[in-house]
Amino acid sequence: MDYFLQQLINGLTLGSIYGLIAIGYTMVYGIIGMINFAHGDIYMVGAYIALITFLILLSIGLTAVPLALFVMLLVAMAITALYGWTVERLAYRPLRHSYRLAPLISAIGMSILLQNYVQVAQGARSKPLPPLIEGGQTLIPGDFPVQMSYVQMIVIATTVVLMAIFSWIVAKTRLGRDMRACEQDMRMAALLGVNVDRTISLTFVMGASLAAVAGVMYLLYYGVADFFIGFVAGIKAFTAAVLGGIGSLPGAMIGGLLIGLIETFWSAYFSNEYKDVAAFAILVIVLIFLPTGILGRPEVEKV
Amino acid sequence: MTDIPATPAAPGAPASSRLWLALKSATFAALVAFGLFSLMIGVSTEPDASGALAASWRPDDLAVMVAAVAAGAFLRGLIFGDRRPFENRALPLRWQLRLGAIGRLVAPLLLGFALLVPVIFYEDRYLLDLSILILTYIMLGWGLNIVVGLAGLLDLGYVAFYAVGAYSYALLAQNFGLSFWLCLPLAGILAAFWGILLGFPVLRLRGDYLAIVTLGFGEIIRLVLINWQDVTGGPNGIGGIARPSFFGLPFTADEDGFAASFGLEFSTTHRVVFLYYLILILALITNAVTHRLRRLPVGRAWEALREDEIACRSLGINTTNVKLTAFATGAMFAGFAGSFFATRQGFISPESFTFGESALILAIVVLGGLGSQIGVVIAAVVMIGGFELFREFEQFRMIVFGASMVAIMVWRPRGLISLREPTLKLGAAAVAPIPPVPGERP
Repeated sequence: MDYFLQQLINGLTLGSIYGLIAIGYTMVYGIIGMINFAHGDIYMVGAYIALITFLILLSIGLTAVPLALFVMLLVAMAITALYGWTVERLAYRPLRHSYRLAPLISAIGMSILLQNYVQVAQGARSKPLPPLIEGGQTLIPGDFPVQMSYVQMIVIATTVVLMAIFSWIVAKTRLGRDMRACEQDMRMAALLGVNVDRTISLTFVMGASLAAVAGVMYLLYYGVADFFIGFVAGIKAFTAAVLGGIGSLPGAMIGGLLIGLIETFWSAYFSNEYKDVAAFAILVIVLIFLPTGILGRPEVEKV
Repeated sequence: MTDIPATPAAPGAPASSRLWLALKSATFAALVAFGLFSLMIGVSTEPDASGALAASWRPDDLAVMVAAVAAGAFLRGLIFGDRRPFENRALPLRWQLRLGAIGRLVAPLLLGFALLVPVIFYEDRYLLDLSILILTYIMLGWGLNIVVGLAGLLDLGYVAFYAVGAYSYALLAQNFGLSFWLCLPLAGILAAFWGILLGFPVLRLRGDYLAIVTLGFGEIIRLVLINWQDVTGGPNGIGGIARPSFFGLPFTADEDGFAASFGLEFSTTHRVVFLYYLILILALITNAVTHRLRRLPVGRAWEALREDEIACRSLGINTTNVKLTAFATGAMFAGFAGSFFATRQGFISPESFTFGESALILAIVVLGGLGSQIGVVIAAVVMIGGFELFREFEQFRMIVFGASMVAIMVWRPRGLISLREPTLKLGAAAVAPIPPVPGERP
């Protein structure tokens, strides 16, 4: 039972990270109906920016943990958002009225580009960091104490706060209303004075900055980054987005948590080697049997 | 939808305003580039003496990159103004037809050249090996072209079938001692079988979901190959795979070898030349089959499916079966290519069957022009040959390759050679203009 609880906590932490990435997929898919294949790599870029920021802070001697963490988050979100904006501007916007597979192929190209750009710029070896935050709380003492590290608490708390903020943005602000309008009918929204291009750009910016937060959390949690983390994490997060119902924000979060839990329990109780196989298998099964996801609306194809 | 088409600058527009615009866009691009590159390129993170990572500045690299981006934006603004160059613009029909005619002329010439390559470059072992590699990719490209180019199904896990073919041959040859010639069709059949097995549940899905599912399958197969160590040898792969023989005559130096039987002096090049012709024939078979299939009802159904799935369904085409045949045919050719790969290398491991490989084959098909056979050849020669030419820039080649995929999609979404001859013609009146971007969403 204690083992189970411990895995539950680990799974929730991992799931929060997936959920943050999944929101980017789900928002972009909701508004322009494309799979932003490069989103996983945007997340990887976020982790790298955070790592570099941390090293700069270290070199100027600024190591107070809360401040360093805050600066890392801020810088990573800002610069990664710029990456998201640029990717949309260069690779997707010119293709908005092209045939359906064109943006996906372009996104695959972008993903390869980003991965290798980071590899060339920062080297192919993985980048280990000393743990920034150590220690934790013992929740249930015993033979097998259930522990929750401070990092896990930060990850889960940050995710909850960000989820609340972004749900509020989508539900209550002018920008959120524009986004929902574009999602329903882009042409009509444009006729009613919504700046569609700007709204789509901002969607990418928001998705990218959330991915950056996920990157920072990953860096805190695992203490290492390499240029390849984006691919697998991206696919798992996409699975999460589909599982939760693509286009739905709470769905992405639920999907992320589920994927994180499944992966953790799978490696805890079955086999660690096949944990990625489990994630991919869920992707396949969900797409075949539950293509609208848990909270998604069925998509009607019109002629 | 929202873009008001930019009015092209009047011919007599003052050059100074264009210069001003170019300067403005260059400044903006430089600012964005500075933001993007400031940390990623401007700071290097290498381990210091103590082994811990440390940041150090690289202002020169950063300045060069920002300047390059600014210069690019400036030139673009100066030359094209606020027009978007090339975008989504198909060649005029006249040129398309002319290109097609050139293509028909060039194809036999290329074929003749391909047949003569081992004769001309007999001494140059490196070039022969490179040609074999290029031909392998041409064959894979043609195989994938059936799935992506003709049937319009984006398959991101094509390399899985290549892996099935390679492992089928390796395992059959090692465990049962079957010869290459027996294994070749078996590998193709097995790969096609896998294609049907994987395709059956997923082919009902919409285009982009299908792409992701095939990606998932590709990764599952690779992970199973890595982890199922008893059978596949895991990450270490399978070594010592039997080399092919010339209809029973092995390419060895002894009495009953190929060279001795024909009274030739033994040379290792014989095998390379043999492998070259083998893959050439396999590739040509792929091409010929594709060509014939396009004229059969099933081939027409593929192309119709690519253009409009709903219309197909309402005309009574069983879309699942049609997709399945395309999937299986494509998989079969990947299986053939896979067993050729295994016999050529003599060693296979899951390393050779990553997503990157799938993306490379897809890029060849996409850059060549979806559905164009000669385009695949050109793209394969340019990409694989180009990789070899720029070997010292190894690390940059994937960047170039990703960037060119984006650029091609932005400028020529239908590929470099975007000619798509209708396979079915309706008499003389059939030289109707090809719609600018077929399949565009209404």
